[in-house]
Amino acid sequence: MSILVVLEPSGDGLKRTSYEAITAAVSCAAGAPVQGIIFDATESQVSSASIYGLSSCMIVHGPEWNQLQSSFIASAVAEAATSIDVTTVIFAANAYGKSIAPRVAVRLSAGLITDCVELQNNAGTLAAVRPVYSGKARVSVHSVTAKTVVTLRPNVFTAKQTVATSLSTSAFTPSIASDVRTASVTGHIINEGTLDVSEADIIVSGGRGLKGPEHFHLVENLAKSLGAAVGASRAVVDAGWRPHREQVGQTGKTVSPTMYVACGISGAVQHLAGMSTSKIIVAVNKDKDAPIFTVADYGIVGDVFEVLPKLATAISTVTGK
Amino acid sequence: MNILVCISQVPDTTTKISVGPDGTTINSTGVKYILNPYDEFAIETGLRMKGQHGGTVTTITIGPETAKEVLRTALAMGSDTAVLVKDPSRSDSFVVASSIAEYAQESKPDLIVFGRQSIDFDSFQIPPMVAEMLGWPDIATVSSLNIDGTDVTAESDVEGGKLQMSASLPCVISAQKGLYDPRYPKLPDIMKAKSKPIEERALSTVSPRTAITAMSLPESKRLNTIVGDSDADINEIVRLLHEQAKVI
Ligand SMILES: Cc1cc2nc3c(=O)[nH]c(=O)nc-3n(C[C@H](O)[C@H](O)[C@H](O)COP(=O)(O)OP(=O)(O)OC[C@H]3O[C@@H](n4cnc5c(N)ncnc54)[C@H](O)[C@@H]3O)c2cc1C
Repeated sequence: MSILVVLEPSGDGLKRTSYEAITAAVSCAAGAPVQGIIFDATESQVSSASIYGLSSCMIVHGPEWNQLQSSFIASAVAEAATSIDVTTVIFAANAYGKSIAPRVAVRLSAGLITDCVELQNNAGTLAAVRPVYSGKARVSVHSVTAKTVVTLRPNVFTAKQTVATSLSTSAFTPSIASDVRTASVTGHIINEGTLDVSEADIIVSGGRGLKGPEHFHLVENLAKSLGAAVGASRAVVDAGWRPHREQVGQTGKTVSPTMYVACGISGAVQHLAGMSTSKIIVAVNKDKDAPIFTVADYGIVGDVFEVLPKLATAISTVTGK
Repeated sequence: MNILVCISQVPDTTTKISVGPDGTTINSTGVKYILNPYDEFAIETGLRMKGQHGGTVTTITIGPETAKEVLRTALAMGSDTAVLVKDPSRSDSFVVASSIAEYAQESKPDLIVFGRQSIDFDSFQIPPMVAEMLGWPDIATVSSLNIDGTDVTAESDVEGGKLQMSASLPCVISAQKGLYDPRYPKLPDIMKAKSKPIEERALSTVSPRTAITAMSLPESKRLNTIVGDSDADINEIVRLLHEQAKVI
């Protein structure tokens, strides 16, 4: 199976979701080389991917490519995919992948499968599993066309290092037709000083059980002991205790961290919809029958006002944070 | 400015989902269907833009006969006309997007508004697909919007912040929660909407590009280790997180 992975630079290397996508691609490629494409990145950023099994990477140079101009980037990715004749293009299901992948699928006449949590090479056909109905069911999907475009839910596929391959890079200069219309980025508002729930490895969320915004320092302190982001249920966002960007769930963000700690959250289906694919779920709730416990790996039946400070202290002893 | 608002009917979020006899779709008996929550923001956005710039709002949905219910809600909120693209079975996003794009090619709206996502398949596919089919720009997950002449400026929610975006009409946007608070339709408008005509159209004749081979309910593989709140219990959970789950 010939696969092109669309990568994103970050810091000295790539985004973690890019390494995850490479790992998923390597396991589906059945030995075939996995190729990448990246926009406005350096060779040294790309070289960090060789340890994950990337064979080659096309780099589209120029600072104009670092913005999310989805129509232009989609046109370039489709052109690259056609030029090297791949059957499959893989993205991360983040804002970048979600806005570009559908356009690439239209350009390549490819079947599109988004937000996959499993990917398999079934005798040459890519078979994917994705959650539907807010995670209450899963479907197995495959594309019925020659080509497939997929996006992968972040933090579900674990990036695995292999033996470092020799990674070759080449410059790719796309030819964007003059009639392509795109939206462009004129500015970026960054949520200063806070780790975003959709990018965090660990999330500690608080719900109505905290009884008021003045008690959220309990959640923040626990988060600090874990190096975690703070999340919230809709009840506390609607009450104005916490900003909407922290809301986890159906009308908030879908997250899949390594560990999700729910404090004073009942576990309504709409909340579970946003976090049920987390790897480890911990719940603190004074009601032993709260639905959150049915999805919890570890649960403490108790009062958040007593449990959270003790938990934070005990965790700090282990983590040193 | 002529606006096309695309909406869908989805199972109520609290509905219990079970797999139907065909093994690939849900059992729809007893399921309560509602207007997709994000589409309320989309309808409201369409109405606000009409309020600011004049023109008409048309609402379209793709679905079975019973999906007319959500079109009636849109009409009661103030949509001028409504279109049902008849689709008795659940088609894949490519067929749905093609049906919308074909309608837009005929009706030539200046702006197409979607909800951020539909909460049944959560696929985030259709707005950029429609935009690509039409050769238009699109802005996703819009939490603030301003249109001046043909200039569109918007804030788009992304991981860790917002992007300030600009584009020009005709353009596709998808509405994030909070863009505009949806209005509640008034009783006389709900009554009037019941007798308004709904245009019916056939589904696009393009072939689907994906197939679902199986649907299953996720089995819980959770450890379900539940303890009390004594110091010993708390220390034990921390030990398990460290040694068993290895997450700290
Ligand atoms: C269309 C729709 C979309 C929605 N989208 C979302 C969404 O995106 N995200 C979301 O979270 N919700 C969403 N909801 C709302 C959801 O249904 C719940 O109302 C919400 O999640 C409840 O928040 P909560 O758990 O904080 O509050 P509650 O349900 O009130 O639960 C509070 C919990 O705290 C516990 N508690 C109280 N005091 C203490 C204490 N001292 N110590 C320990 N525990 C204590 C209680 O036992 C209870 O379990 C949506 C609803 C709808 C209809």
